Amino acid sequence: MSKPREKLVVIGNGMAGCRAVEEVLKRDPHRYDIAIFGAEPRVNYNRIMLSPVLAGEKAFADIVINDEAWYRDNGVTLYSGQAVTGVDTAGKRVTAESGLAVPYDRLILATGSDPFRLPLPGSDLKGVVTFRDLDDVEAMVAASGKPGARAVVIGGGLLGLEAAYGLARRGMAATVVHLMDVLMERQLDESAGFLLRGALADRGVETVLGAQSEEIVGQDGQVSGLKLKDGRLLPCDLLVMAVGIRPNATLARAAGLAVNRGVVVDDAMRSSDAAVFAVGECAEHRGQCYGLVAPIWEMCRALAQALTDGDGVYEGSVLSTRLKVSGVDVFSAGKFAGGEGCEDIVFRDAGRGVYKRVVLEDGKVVGSVLFGDAVDGNWYFDLMRTGADVGAIRETLIFGQAITEGLSGLDPSAAVAAMPDTQEICGCNGVCKGEITAAITGQTLSSLDEVRAVTKASASCGSCTPLVEQVLRLTLGDGFQAQTGPAPMCKCAHHPHSDVRKAIVDLELKSMPAVMQAMEWSTPDGCASCRPALNYYLLCAWPGDYRDDKQSRFINERAHANIQKDGTYSVVPRMWGGMTTPDELRAIADVADKFAIPAVKVTGGQRIDLLGVRKDDLPAVWADLNAAGMVSGHAYAKGLRTVKTCVGTDWCRFGTQDSTGLGIRLEKFMWGSWTPAKVKLGVSGCPRNCAEATCKDVGVICVDSGYEIHIGGAAGLHIRGTEILTRVATEEEAVWTICALVQLYREQAWYLERIYKWMDRVGLDAIKALLADPDDRRALHDRFAYSQRFSRVDPWAERVAGRHGDEFSPLSRRLEFAPA
Amino acid sequence: MNALVKEPAIAWIDVGAVTDIPRRGARRLPSPRGDVAIFRTGDGQVFALMDACPHKGGPLSQGIVHGQSVTCPLHGRIIDLASGDGVGADKGKGCAPVVPLEVREGRLLLGLVGG
Ligand code: SRM
Ligand SMILES: Cc1cc2nc3c(=O)[nH]c(=O)nc-3n(C[C@H](O)[C@H](O)[C@H](O)COP(=O)(O)OP(=O)(O)OC[C@H]3O[C@@H](n4cnc5c(N)ncnc54)[C@H](O)[C@@H]3O)c2cc1C
Ligand code: SF4
Ligand code: FES
Repeated sequence: MSKPREKLVVIGNGMAGCRAVEEVLKRDPHRYDIAIFGAEPRVNYNRIMLSPVLAGEKAFADIVINDEAWYRDNGVTLYSGQAVTGVDTAGKRVTAESGLAVPYDRLILATGSDPFRLPLPGSDLKGVVTFRDLDDVEAMVAASGKPGARAVVIGGGLLGLEAAYGLARRGMAATVVHLMDVLMERQLDESAGFLLRGALADRGVETVLGAQSEEIVGQDGQVSGLKLKDGRLLPCDLLVMAVGIRPNATLARAAGLAVNRGVVVDDAMRSSDAAVFAVGECAEHRGQCYGLVAPIWEMCRALAQALTDGDGVYEGSVLSTRLKVSGVDVFSAGKFAGGEGCEDIVFRDAGRGVYKRVVLEDGKVVGSVLFGDAVDGNWYFDLMRTGADVGAIRETLIFGQAITEGLSGLDPSAAVAAMPDTQEICGCNGVCKGEITAAITGQTLSSLDEVRAVTKASASCGSCTPLVEQVLRLTLGDGFQAQTGPAPMCKCAHHPHSDVRKAIVDLELKSMPAVMQAMEWSTPDGCASCRPALNYYLLCAWPGDYRDDKQSRFINERAHANIQKDGTYSVVPRMWGGMTTPDELRAIADVADKFAIPAVKVTGGQRIDLLGVRKDDLPAVWADLNAAGMVSGHAYAKGLRTVKTCVGTDWCRFGTQDSTGLGIRLEKFMWGSWTPAKVKLGVSGCPRNCAEATCKDVGVICVDSGYEIHIGGAAGLHIRGTEILTRVATEEEAVWTICALVQLYREQAWYLERIYKWMDRVGLDAIKALLADPDDRRALHDRFAYSQRFSRVDPWAERVAGRHGDEFSPLSRRLEFAPA
Repeated sequence: MNALVKEPAIAWIDVGAVTDIPRRGARRLPSPRGDVAIFRTGDGQVFALMDACPHKGGPLSQGIVHGQSVTCPLHGRIIDLASGDGVGADKGKGCAPVVPLEVREGRLLLGLVGG
């Protein structure tokens, strides 16, 4: 009837091995006599579901793919718990641990990968595990049983996070230690990584980023903690290493097959020996090894074709990733981080914690990263794989498949007209089109603000504003007037400065990614206009907590010197209130000589400017100035610049108060503060006003009865005389009032808005009112004083001590060759 | 990475680690043809351009890096890091020359010619 069946032997009873057999059986159930060797003492199960098993969300029985009956019914012999130890390609037979030898006509290697173990001291301690098979899961579950047990997971990739989440679900305190500063950095951009970190924290998983492991410490042979390079010790009873995998090609290598990282195969999954094939993670195809199942399914199809005389061709796979942590939707595929010639479309919904980024190149989707709402992941992935031209659906692409396909082929206004009344327009507040039209006609609304007030549509994130406007336009026809109001901060933002500032305080947003998510930035990481503003707003709101982001500062503030037209810098040390000493002047002269500084100039701000300093010399120049007791004059800062004074009662025959002393006192208290735009002060000893106090941001005119405090002057692009804010009797009160005023300005003004512009916008009367109450004034002053605790630091001294040294030194030695 | 065909005349020189460049920042590198600026974006991609703005030669390495662009510190021209060309209204008004750069195993390799 039939010729004797050929013998097909499979090494590896895992995802690839069994799927390969299924695919062969599907094509030709009778061709082979099939035997599978599996080192694990169990039937074939779905390895990726080990994560839910660890988390206690599934049982082992739920994840079995092929039970014993399957092997029996299909006549497949399973040698489970039998690791193969040798392959004899000449004699065409495999030998197992037990000594059992089985001949083959065709052999499939499906040995998967081995988890990589970091060669850290202590890695052989008890309680140090990897995450690969059911035995590992059982060991972890056992460790979690001890009350109060703590786990540390090294590796913030997919596997490490799923392990930590599972352990946290089991009641352990779990901490993930990750080398990079973004979780799953190979799949996620910074914005998504930031959200993921928060979502994990909500689920009891702490993360330590940018952390290098140094040593695993133990007690009595059992792990007791992980020591980091920076000296921190994280105590733990269980340590999971999830730092990557290495293709398991041991057998192939010993058998003399071609092996690189994995077993080298051709497009039919054939190894260098015509009778031996390899699939799954142990295979290397076109230089690529895979660590996910989707490519394995494709490989198995090509392999089965080849084994049943078809011509299977595997051409490599495009990958997508989803994280399996309950309630956390994360999807990533392709060039999610953009790149040369790419264009980003970003959508954020703060209400729902959603971040979506789709990357286009030449009008096609080339990647995407989705957080919080990943239902459209597969759609974007399909568009990406098929290379579909998405030019026609670009406008709605980011809203997903349902909306896009519902509206395809229509222009935006026709599309909105065609929407059913039940179509949701505002995702944040769940408002449908019908509700909006009903409100517009029923309550005779005519503006966006009114619609927002009545229906809440577009009142949260504002990203549906264009749609709501379309609905208004359609419902009202010519009666519609487009919204006017404060413009958004920049093209990345939907909100004006004031709203962003308010949100930072009200929602306690303490980092840039947090603001961008909550306020739904439309770009992944802002621009040169919003980033410096946000950096300032955060610094002002959270002086003790927020860490300044130097990459969001204009070069002058990053280098603590003013860039000049030829790329050199100028250096202006502080001269408190314009006073100096022979020693300071000598030190300045010495520095100018020593560093061959080409120009020394007296500035309009009563101090001395050294111009033309090479950037590499800056720290050394500062070191010498520091040594003579001088600090940075912040001539570069959106911060306190100069306090000009006149000689006052010390010398002048007209002086009424100690104007020099007050100026110095103010400068010594206020120096180092960051402000929305530069702040210059002047203190004149009498109304003759030799310190030009009445064209400064804040000026003081001393009079016999006390001090007149002036605000809102300028003598730059615009010439503006000051207005009088108030009169006070004592120097003490003058200092208090000025600090309170400057703090009010710091808290209210928009970035780059000088005091006079802020005053024009909010009104002098409003400012006066806010400063009228002594308690309010005191509170403002105290907030300023608190902030100054962190600001009155000489940035020069910090740089001299080595902080941000990379800013001042070139990357590498002078190149011998010229760039191509 | 800058898509440039490798020609035999180009030597690839290791100039440091990718992590030597701050994210959203740049470092400069002196060379006989003038400084080279090497940028790293928020997404961790790196680019190299000659460190001279097409406007008036401003040192681009000192600008703010955002998305895949840098804003020149002198007069604010926005330069695309991949092409060296201006962005938006400044497109086509001159380019900062692109320097070949490759990343291999976390190291930065700069393409150089002899001489
Ligand atoms: C050095 C100095 C000129 C001088 O040689 O005297 C100077 C130099 C610069 N001024 Fe000034 N200003 C200097 C006193 C002034 C004064 C006079 C004063 O402070 O009493 C004014 C008018 C008063 C005022 O501020 O209203 C002044 C109004 C400006 C303006 C216009 C500001 C405005 O809001 O209208 C700018 C442009 C800007 O800031 O955007 C400016 C910007 C600049 C910059 C920072 C331009 C730049 O961005 O590179 C110049 C930096 C050169 C450098 O490397 O030092 N400078 N500048 C003075 C330094 C004072 C100091 O010791 O810190
Ligand atoms: C916890 C976890 C979660 C994962 N989540 C996902 C996910 O969400 N999405 C995704 O796409 N991928 C995921 N993966 C990866 C996915 O499981 C692997 O890509 C897939 O299992 C690889 O299949 P394989 O057959 O090549 O290797 P395996 O499934 O590991 O099978 C190899 C088998 O060969 C056996 N073997 C090895 N050597 C021998 C020998 N000498 N003799 C006999 N038998 C031997 C091994 O014991 C093992 O059973 C996850 C992996 C883990 C561990
Ligand atoms: S007046 Fe103009 S040129 Fe002179 S220092 Fe000020 S900004 Fe420069
Ligand atoms: S030199 Fe770059 S913008 Fe002028």
